[in-house]
Amino acid sequence: MPLVCLRGPLKRLAGDRAEHSIDGGSVGELLEELERTHPATSGWILDERGVLRQHINVFVNGELCAQETPVGADDRVDVLPALSGGR
Amino acid sequence: MTELLIGTKKGLFALAGHAGSPFEVTARAFAGDPVEYAVRDPRSGRIFASVTSPFYGPKLWYTEESAEEWIQAEGLELPAGGDVALERIWTVVPGVDDGTVYAGGDPGVLFVSRDGGSTFELNRALWEQPSRDRWQPGAGGLCLHSIVTWPGEPDRLALAISAAGVWLTEDGGESWTRGNEGLVPRYLPEDAPDDEIALCVHRLRRAPTRPERIFMQFHGGVYRSDDAGATWTSIADGLPSDFGFPLAVDPADPDSAYVIPLAADVDRVTPDGRVRVYETRDGGASWTARGEGLPSEDAYLTVLRGAMDQAGSGASLELYFGATSGDVYGSGDAGATWFEVAKPLPPIFSVSAAA
Repeated sequence: MPLVCLRGPLKRLAGDRAEHSIDGGSVGELLEELERTHPATSGWILDERGVLRQHINVFVNGELCAQETPVGADDRVDVLPALSGGR
Repeated sequence: MTELLIGTKKGLFALAGHAGSPFEVTARAFAGDPVEYAVRDPRSGRIFASVTSPFYGPKLWYTEESAEEWIQAEGLELPAGGDVALERIWTVVPGVDDGTVYAGGDPGVLFVSRDGGSTFELNRALWEQPSRDRWQPGAGGLCLHSIVTWPGEPDRLALAISAAGVWLTEDGGESWTRGNEGLVPRYLPEDAPDDEIALCVHRLRRAPTRPERIFMQFHGGVYRSDDAGATWTSIADGLPSDFGFPLAVDPADPDSAYVIPLAADVDRVTPDGRVRVYETRDGGASWTARGEGLPSEDAYLTVLRGAMDQAGSGASLELYFGATSGDVYGSGDAGATWFEVAKPLPPIFSVSAAA
């Protein structure tokens, strides 16, 4: 299963665990499943429309990706606050 | 002892002190995040803080006392799967009934809690207004920023949205009517057809001892309503400018209001570099400048809509305001004299006071 890696408040909201093995075929599916298994993360990464928040970046194996990006069983998915969000 | 909760671009600051002397910063929370507004519910003691993380979106938090352990309130979101997301929570207002708390946000939405602010529900009647698709945001977004309750009448509310005017309910939010008659939007052409929607209200305050009276700071205009918000009369004569954002009242005097005029909508700073609060004690028939102790030259401050509040009433009325420069000023004698409350903070979005 792909490995979703979280930091900071997202890690805390997800049971204070940084790494989560989650089943899913795309970045969006992984994040939706993360919300289901850890409801406290709801609204923090995806908004109520189900859209990835503007200043959250998702990397698959180190490459910046979109919500629709497919993921494979051995992929590592990092969810990070974006540089662009700092003010 | 007076408590100030100051929302800034870089977190929430709690200050405590006595009017007339500098206050002490007693706590800081949400460091680094924009805090739009914070208020203590005097009934429960809970402090609410609206935080708009640029990364994780708008959240409403509450704490019972310590300002250290914050709990996220639930339900402050728009219907799932729609095409709009909540952008910001502009205000939180304790209701009249026990346990009722209101929150207003962008895009022009009202949330209601019946459990003291732990969980909220979207007010569907306002959300489903047929005119909603024609509501336009002001510069700060489509913000529902003013929620004025009616003492003893929990079902009667007035709301203001920038820029979608005043909305009134007498049935606890089951239905809403507009309350805009008499408002003159100078930002529309004179020959434009009457528009009941594109009305940029900046702030509302009700006179609690005469609750059918409401004062309004408009986007170019200061108004008073004596019929619970249905119709409005200009009371701007005597002010150096009718543009501004915040508004305060003396709860003991229904003829009182305080505004902080800014030069113009295209120059949103205190006029002529002088910081002055204007007070009326006759319902807006006349205004008196109150500036003793405030900067009188080369001070070009911007004071936002949520950044002035009052505590107490009558001769001991305390007034406080903060500016985007981070300066905070206060008065312990109903505006007659002013003092510097604290050294500059980050840019100030809101001030709420409790004595």
